[in-house]
Amino acid sequence: MENKTYTVTIYSENQIGLLMQISNIFTRHSLSIWSLSASASSIEGIHTITIITDSPSEKQILEVVMQLEKRVDVVKAFYYTNDQIIYRELALYKMQTAKLLECGRIEDLLTNYNARIVEMNNVFTVIQKTGKTEETQSLYDELNKYGVMQFVRSGRIAVTREKLEPVKDFIAERELEKNKINKEL
Amino acid sequence: MKTNGAEALMLSLIEEGTDTIFGYPGGQIMPVYDKLYDYKDRIRHILVRHEQGAIHAAQGYARMKRRPGVVIVTSGPGATNVVTGIADAMADSTPVVVISGQVPSSALGTDAFQEADVMGLTSPITKWNYQIRRAEDVPWAVSRAFYIAMTGRPGPVVLDFTKDAQVGMTEFIYNKCNFIRSYVPEKEPDETSIEKAAEIINSAKKPFAVFGQGVTLSHAENELAAFLEKGDIPAGATLLGISALPSDFELYEGMIGMHGNIAPNIKTNECDVLIAIGMRFDDRVTGTISTYARQAKVIHIDIDASEIGKIIPVEVGILGDAKKVLVSLTGKIHRRRHRAWVKSFDKCYDVEKEKVIDPEVRPETGYIRMGEVVEAVSGVSEGKAVVITDVGQNQMIAARYSRFSMNRSMITSGGLGTMGFGLPAAIGAKTAVPDRQVCLFTGDGGIQMTIEELGTIMQEHIGVKIIILNNNWLGNVRQWQELFFDERYSQTRMLNPDYCKIADAYGIKSRVVSDRKELYAAVREMLSDDLPYIMDVHVIEEGLVMPMVPPGKGINEIMLNSKEWFDYGE
Repeated sequence: MENKTYTVTIYSENQIGLLMQISNIFTRHSLSIWSLSASASSIEGIHTITIITDSPSEKQILEVVMQLEKRVDVVKAFYYTNDQIIYRELALYKMQTAKLLECGRIEDLLTNYNARIVEMNNVFTVIQKTGKTEETQSLYDELNKYGVMQFVRSGRIAVTREKLEPVKDFIAERELEKNKINKEL
Repeated sequence: MKTNGAEALMLSLIEEGTDTIFGYPGGQIMPVYDKLYDYKDRIRHILVRHEQGAIHAAQGYARMKRRPGVVIVTSGPGATNVVTGIADAMADSTPVVVISGQVPSSALGTDAFQEADVMGLTSPITKWNYQIRRAEDVPWAVSRAFYIAMTGRPGPVVLDFTKDAQVGMTEFIYNKCNFIRSYVPEKEPDETSIEKAAEIINSAKKPFAVFGQGVTLSHAENELAAFLEKGDIPAGATLLGISALPSDFELYEGMIGMHGNIAPNIKTNECDVLIAIGMRFDDRVTGTISTYARQAKVIHIDIDASEIGKIIPVEVGILGDAKKVLVSLTGKIHRRRHRAWVKSFDKCYDVEKEKVIDPEVRPETGYIRMGEVVEAVSGVSEGKAVVITDVGQNQMIAARYSRFSMNRSMITSGGLGTMGFGLPAAIGAKTAVPDRQVCLFTGDGGIQMTIEELGTIMQEHIGVKIIILNNNWLGNVRQWQELFFDERYSQTRMLNPDYCKIADAYGIKSRVVSDRKELYAAVREMLSDDLPYIMDVHVIEEGLVMPMVPPGKGINEIMLNSKEWFDYGE
């Protein structure tokens, strides 16, 4: 069976060691983490971790998500296929300035790929592009004809096609629950 | 009140109702042991002989007492020695709180003396772990640890306590944890699912229930019985579900799984509705999954969302506490009679009785059999003893032939299958219920894995009854070698020491039993008082635990002995 790419989004409290707990669960299922990014979310105190993985079985991804959610400090976890989300990655390419000028295509490339120069000096030039993996890869292939000195691509970040952060309702429910418990005491 | 972190720990443990700790001191936990000295009138500390003993004892304690077992150990080797027990507690949903010493926070990550990455080591095998690096975090961390260990699906928690936090000063204020935003221990059962389940049960012709430790953990024994009686539903127990129903309960059909009873295994693949309650379809329960209960509509009740549908596809999953779900479900099902169906179990039982049970439990000639020893203990104790087992043949035989008249009476290492679990678990169980007889069935392999705990029994006067089913083999592996590895007995022959001499050295009463005629007298002697006792029973060397669903076979493909397979004879 062919592997399908999944984006797993995890909302969590900020605890030391949480990333290890998360990666342990992927390891136990023999799943590769192709990219990972962690950041704040729009909800105060809640962090979000976005992981790209692939599997031949959606059931396996569902199991992983259930086990992630079982961790005490994980608030919620979700998984998506590419069509359910809007996602981007950021890529940086470092080129020799002389070679870049020599090739004579720099303006073309920047325009066609919607990329831009973030730093340029006599020795090297750094180009930045955001996009999907195929797009940043395609620019890499073009630039590498003239020799890319360094290349990095960030982990994927993604937002859902739904209106709000998907955990907002859950957090609101939990706040009500907390008030109820405190009132009972 | 101003205290140091170590004293804050003592006060926090007392706030959580702790009166017993299993532990072993060492360098990086000394401030805690120093404060324990001041609280020794309020907290009993049981000094074990090896940290593995402490964690298994705490597990035995927790499972008898329905509250977390508490363990205190030092850093480095102290902490790594409890890792096996933590993994065992995770697999069997046992609430334990482990406090391990740790090097001062300034030395973390420097490969300091007796430093081990306890957070890293225990993260995959704990429900939660936390490193306390400041004295003021102690009450918060302890209250959270107890809350997490006990609520929802219980499990082990580790608090890694740096030495500077133990000696640092703080104002002690205790607030019990009753809420964690990111953690929902249990959901209120969904009425729609329960109604759907009730509908399926009401239209069932051949309903069958399987239950596990979830029933014991939620204290739903009576509710289970009421549910089964109303629906006239026969039921089988997983290894950890045993004793939730009394052995003579009319609808109780015995244990399911690899060495379970024939009837409940066969009927799993004949029923039209399978109701699974607080169990997780372990591979030792299901055999080959692809042929397991395929004809049945499966209803799965569990408190852990990640278990529902994990192994077996379900018609209805009900998320929630077994007790609450059973109360609601019992209210919604109709009173039914399935007499012919219930009666049909007898046919399987009759074959098992003739071919397996009678020869094992009531042999008249030959060497003593393991089954008759268990039968003797069950008979003399009138099914009221707490039965602890080690792992292997002793465990399966004890599970198969012990009879129970009280719930919460069997403790065994199920999910992890930890040899060496038995003796320390029995110590913990006896500590929790000093008024009950606690009988350990162990093998000559398992007892030697944690035999150092006889020292704990001696020092703390713990009246555990130890029955060694001694066959000079690692019996379960030997059985597999005989049946599946062409009788190539690789490293399973095991010579034994003289256990009575060992018992003597510890001042523990003991007796060798190698003659059938002496068996009952020895058991009566053993159970006549409340003192520790070792009964070294020389049983048949090449005994087999039967019946058996061989690995890779379906749950209805059952060996009766090394030559015959079960069939209805039709």
